[in-house]
Amino acid sequence: MQTLSYVRTEMLPQQPAPLGERGAAKWLRENLFSGPVNTIMTLLALYVIYLIIAAITPWLLNGVWNASSLSECRAIIAAAAGEGASGACWAVINERWHQWLFGFYPQDQYWRPTLAFVLLFVAIAPVLFDRVPKQLLWFTLIYPALCFWLLWGGSVWGPIVAMIGFVVLAIVYRLAQPLIGISPAAGAGVVAAILWWLFLDVPAVNLLAGLADLQLQPVRSSDFGGFLLAITIGVTAISFSLPIGILLALGRQSDMPIVKLLSVGFIEFIRGVPLITLLFTASLLLQYFLPPNTEFDIILRVIILVTLFAAAYLAEVIRGGLAALPRGQYEAADALGLDYWRAQRLIILPQALKISIPSIVSTFIGLFKDTTLVSFVGLLDPLRGVTNVVRADINWKGIYWEPYIYVGALFFIICFGMSRYSMYLEQKLKTDHR
Amino acid sequence: MAYASDAPKDGFRPSMLIYDTRYRGYTIQFIVLLLFALFVAWLLNNTLENLAAKGRTFNFGFLWSRAGYDIEQTLVPYTNDNSHFRAWMVGLANTLAVAIPGCILATIVGVIVGVLRLSKNWLIARLMTVYVEIFRNIPLLLWILMIFVPMRELTYEPRDFRVTDEMIAAGQEPAASMWFNDSVAISTRGINAPLPLFDRPLGSLNLGGVSVNLTFLAALVIVLGSVWVNRQIRARAQRVQESTGVRPTTWWQSVLVLTLPFIAFLLATGFHLEYPTLTRFNFSGGILLQHSYTALLIALVLYTGAFIAEIVRGGILAISRGQTEASYALGLRPGRTMSLVILPQALRVIIPPLISQFLNLTKNTSLGIAVSYLDLRGTLGGITLNQTGRELECMLLMMLNYLILSLMISSVANIYNRSIQLKER
Repeated sequence: MQTLSYVRTEMLPQQPAPLGERGAAKWLRENLFSGPVNTIMTLLALYVIYLIIAAITPWLLNGVWNASSLSECRAIIAAAAGEGASGACWAVINERWHQWLFGFYPQDQYWRPTLAFVLLFVAIAPVLFDRVPKQLLWFTLIYPALCFWLLWGGSVWGPIVAMIGFVVLAIVYRLAQPLIGISPAAGAGVVAAILWWLFLDVPAVNLLAGLADLQLQPVRSSDFGGFLLAITIGVTAISFSLPIGILLALGRQSDMPIVKLLSVGFIEFIRGVPLITLLFTASLLLQYFLPPNTEFDIILRVIILVTLFAAAYLAEVIRGGLAALPRGQYEAADALGLDYWRAQRLIILPQALKISIPSIVSTFIGLFKDTTLVSFVGLLDPLRGVTNVVRADINWKGIYWEPYIYVGALFFIICFGMSRYSMYLEQKLKTDHR
Repeated sequence: MAYASDAPKDGFRPSMLIYDTRYRGYTIQFIVLLLFALFVAWLLNNTLENLAAKGRTFNFGFLWSRAGYDIEQTLVPYTNDNSHFRAWMVGLANTLAVAIPGCILATIVGVIVGVLRLSKNWLIARLMTVYVEIFRNIPLLLWILMIFVPMRELTYEPRDFRVTDEMIAAGQEPAASMWFNDSVAISTRGINAPLPLFDRPLGSLNLGGVSVNLTFLAALVIVLGSVWVNRQIRARAQRVQESTGVRPTTWWQSVLVLTLPFIAFLLATGFHLEYPTLTRFNFSGGILLQHSYTALLIALVLYTGAFIAEIVRGGILAISRGQTEASYALGLRPGRTMSLVILPQALRVIIPPLISQFLNLTKNTSLGIAVSYLDLRGTLGGITLNQTGRELECMLLMMLNYLILSLMISSVANIYNRSIQLKER
């Protein structure tokens, strides 16, 4: 066999890629300067970023954290950075941060809402994450009463006895369900619980209070404010609006015309009017609709209306999920001989709710942001209520950017966190193999 | 949902109302209806009792008494001698004055941002993401206040715009000056902008109490006519392309048809702008935009625009990559691929959530309360309510009004939606 002397027998070492095809240069060229239009847009964007940074940086750098009034702030800034320099006066946040968080809640009792807030995470952990032991769900069940007692104070027996009403409901349901079926048993349970609350609640509380008086200092609703108020309203409304929303969605999909009509009417009415009008209903009109001389707490009234508002929106979101399920799922449930509630609970709702998770969470985010509107019915929401209280102080008159940035940042953290959680949940529950 | 396969032969027994799925529905509906009727009766009874206890009646006569309060921004002629009804209509017009431009501008912002978020330009895409996330996760109320408060507190009084002889002699500049070649003045009182006027207006037509401005009507007719002619030109080009395979160049015809008649109309009616001028204490002439209006509009547009951007982005991403590739395989260029293949399909995904954003924006105009903008809620549900003390009537009217507004928007949008939906058998 002839040897070809000009054929190389060993491989050449690999050359590195040309400079323009690797590293930062390639990235820059592909992502920022890939054509004339892109280049112009990049330069424009850089200019806009420069303008924003140039406007904000001196203001941030000259920020003052320790001062007792806006004029003192300005004096410090003028002394440090020269006359006419702009600067942030974070001192107002430093001095009043607790008011944005707690409103006029008594200062020596701050541990109570803080504890309630921490326990909130313990209570929702078994719902949110499946690695948490399921026994914690019992704590979730008693959490509402515990939270109420911690926040509003008073005798411990009121919430406990009220919770026993639910125990009565559960026991009656358990006993009656094998005898008369699911729906009548649920009805009997509700009636029994209502009887308990109407007739046995007050005597039981008095009796127990006579035996042992466990009291926390009572706090009036008008002292609630800031994020304490927003989170109280938001979390309560979120947890109650989900079951109501599911029921409304099922009602709207129902093949019973009257149930369907009532659900559609309710949903469309609530969705057709702004939340503000519903809040005004809570503050102005409920006194007309309730029996004469009924007095009840404005926060509770607002929570009820906000809950109904969110429930109508959730109902539409969940209806979308129900409609997106293939018809075969319903038929398969029927073919297995499941009755309506079992079919919903075991087959339909788990899938429908999974589809609608992103929209449900964005409804919750919207609900939480909407809690700021309660300031229009005289409650101290963090954004407008507390900020106005602080600005009414002669020391802090004329300050506006800093409080808004502080409150906005807190809202952003909470809402952004919720949206990230929904993305995590979406990933976790994804079962299609793509 | 369970169906009995085989109807029992024996007759109807009352227990079947509970146990038989064919009849249980009637029982449940009867109970629900009964409970609902009881609930409504309870509410009505309470309301009547409460009204009687307060010595009030339920009637709407107050709508025709003198309102007695001023409204700063009026699109409908109004003085404080007019009735509460008139004030309500002024409020409604003010609500629409935010809602309609708001929906249009928010759509524009949303579409641009949504498309730019998908841009290959890393910096632009990141910037848009930051914008969307910031606006979506912070309450609208904060944006309204954050735009409104500096507008009012960081601007100058009208007198600061004055240039006196002494200042010229001393070579001083006034503290504030007008923008855009002395045509727009932003002062503490609001934004004074040029007002379009016509030397030879066509007059107005009175149709049973509602006067119609003929000049604007004519302008509208001319614009719609030009658009129609333009569509005919394009349809003809389409026909020529289908028969010969060559598309005639029509862009210059389109430009002429769309611009020439309108310019001719403006010249014929003597169109000019009236600029605001500084008088003794304030600006006069031109058009005055209240800061409350501007702030509300800007905040609503930016906030809703962020949501619409997400909808647009989602809609475009929902169209599978294969559609683009198939379109390229057919030989369509990128522009036509977008307009003929991607957008028509994306619109189907985009329109339904877009409608609900329009509804949200319209309802959110009621947040004008934060900046004392006198819209529907500010007039009927605000000052009128407080002056007359007729909470029940005012609130009911206001809710009904918002409800009708929402239903109108959603029905119009739904008709459009149905026209572009996929026609399935």
